[in-house]
Amino acid sequence: MKRHLVSAADLSHDDALLILDTAEEMAQVSARAVKKLPTLRGRTVVNLFFEDSTRTRTSFEVAEKRLSADVINFSAKGSSVSKGESLKDTALTLQAMGADAVVIRHGASGAPLRLAESDWLHGSVINAGDGTHEHPTQALLDAFTMRRHLAPGLGRDLSGRRVTIVGDILHSRVARSNVLLLATLGAQVTLVAPPTLVPIGVESWPCDVSYDLDSVLSKTDALMMLRVQRERMNAAFFPTEREYSRRYGLDSLRMGALPEHAIVMHPGPMVRGMEITAEVADSPRCTVVEQVANGVSVRMAVLYLLLGGATLADHPTRTNAEESTK
Amino acid sequence: MTAFHDEGAAPRAPHQVLDQSDIARVVTRIAHEIVERAKGAEDVVLLGIHTRGVHLARRLRARLADITGRDIPLGALDITMYRDDLRLKPARALEHTEIPPGGIDGRLVVLVDDVLFSGRTIRAALDALNDIGRPRAVQLAVLVDRGHRELPIRADYVGKNLPTSLREAVKVQLAEIDGGDAVLVGDRDYAARSSQALAAEEQSGDAEQPSAPHLPE
Repeated sequence: MKRHLVSAADLSHDDALLILDTAEEMAQVSARAVKKLPTLRGRTVVNLFFEDSTRTRTSFEVAEKRLSADVINFSAKGSSVSKGESLKDTALTLQAMGADAVVIRHGASGAPLRLAESDWLHGSVINAGDGTHEHPTQALLDAFTMRRHLAPGLGRDLSGRRVTIVGDILHSRVARSNVLLLATLGAQVTLVAPPTLVPIGVESWPCDVSYDLDSVLSKTDALMMLRVQRERMNAAFFPTEREYSRRYGLDSLRMGALPEHAIVMHPGPMVRGMEITAEVADSPRCTVVEQVANGVSVRMAVLYLLLGGATLADHPTRTNAEESTK
Repeated sequence: MTAFHDEGAAPRAPHQVLDQSDIARVVTRIAHEIVERAKGAEDVVLLGIHTRGVHLARRLRARLADITGRDIPLGALDITMYRDDLRLKPARALEHTEIPPGGIDGRLVVLVDDVLFSGRTIRAALDALNDIGRPRAVQLAVLVDRGHRELPIRADYVGKNLPTSLREAVKVQLAEIDGGDAVLVGDRDYAARSSQALAAEEQSGDAEQPSAPHLPE
């Protein structure tokens, strides 16, 4: 595996399976009385969140604590960032404090890549969502959830499974990471959205695009509903919410058109009544709560694989440097 | 116990110490010892340590079933996350840890492994057990005890005491994964990554005569 996790495209087929298989073992730990492993003792992980997030930050924090890492939460609000500090200076500060890994969420697409490619930080960089670009750990937990339902078993991928992602593809980092990872794992992905919410250049993505939800329902094993990200919308992408909801929302009638074994997924936060009705959200076929639990396991797996062994492997001088500092 | 003298630096091909029937006899004897020591093995739980310990535990369970006529709970333990040398190598893939449905609280846990060497694996296994439950007691069964302990750990049931030098490597082969049963002893190659081997290479003078550790009999 690479030293950083910035994009789902960084993961080879083997890397992705290794993470999913490791996550299966991590899931067992979460079921024990003592939900803690000593594996990352003495490692420091900084959660650097420039954008609001409860779900992802909490999930990472739980994962880090279950692996016994020292956790530092750094949010833009109330930090020196609000006083005008640049990303570089923040990173240099964290490096000086000895961060072994930085989990970063940033409103600007590419901020994690900038951090990973710079020499500001020597630790691993894990992308927890950057702008409208990527959110690789979300894609991993979605793939993990799909595999548990559609192709259970260690070492198995999602080949031949059909995944449909519906909603605001344009602003969705979840959709982009999912398309890349699911294609790596062999699944067939179809994006469904109004033409205005399909990103430019989508024809180069490894997936199909449809504008009609009803026509793809019967050919779907996993249906992923996305939230319409109003906060990122600066133009009129569709006439009314009501019209969007009628054409692209999931109600029990549409859920009935899915094959018997199909699951309904949502990365959260859900807007009930908009992209998903309360009836569907509360149905046993909806895996939203399960996805949250799986998120902890998958993030534990990623943290273990990036930090659990010898790190800084790219630096030949590491052994001397590490030995002298410890 | 036979006295052991290192023949010097000439590399030797691995030679067989135990064959298939030896291993079968040893497993049967350990099973009898467990029944004897645990007074019928009523509350015994067998936990095999990956990889070969799991297969040995499975065989031990079959023997125990023959002797006692009861099914002994069997589990598997992966101790990777508890190792003390994690930082010396890139992150390793995990094996499957499986705790029997009855759990280990209040039971007599018998850890099963193929070779007892530095004792660090067993230390990690004890740490792992600590997080899983609170056994009444923990015992250790190994196919081969090759000495050179680095921690105050000993085995309760030993298949064979095998005095070795640090220059040597002990290899256990089991039919389930290696195609046949055998215990081999040969010279350790230079790719060996054990801290002991590295230390032995650095100060080869001392390594020739390792202080004979006190081996349990």
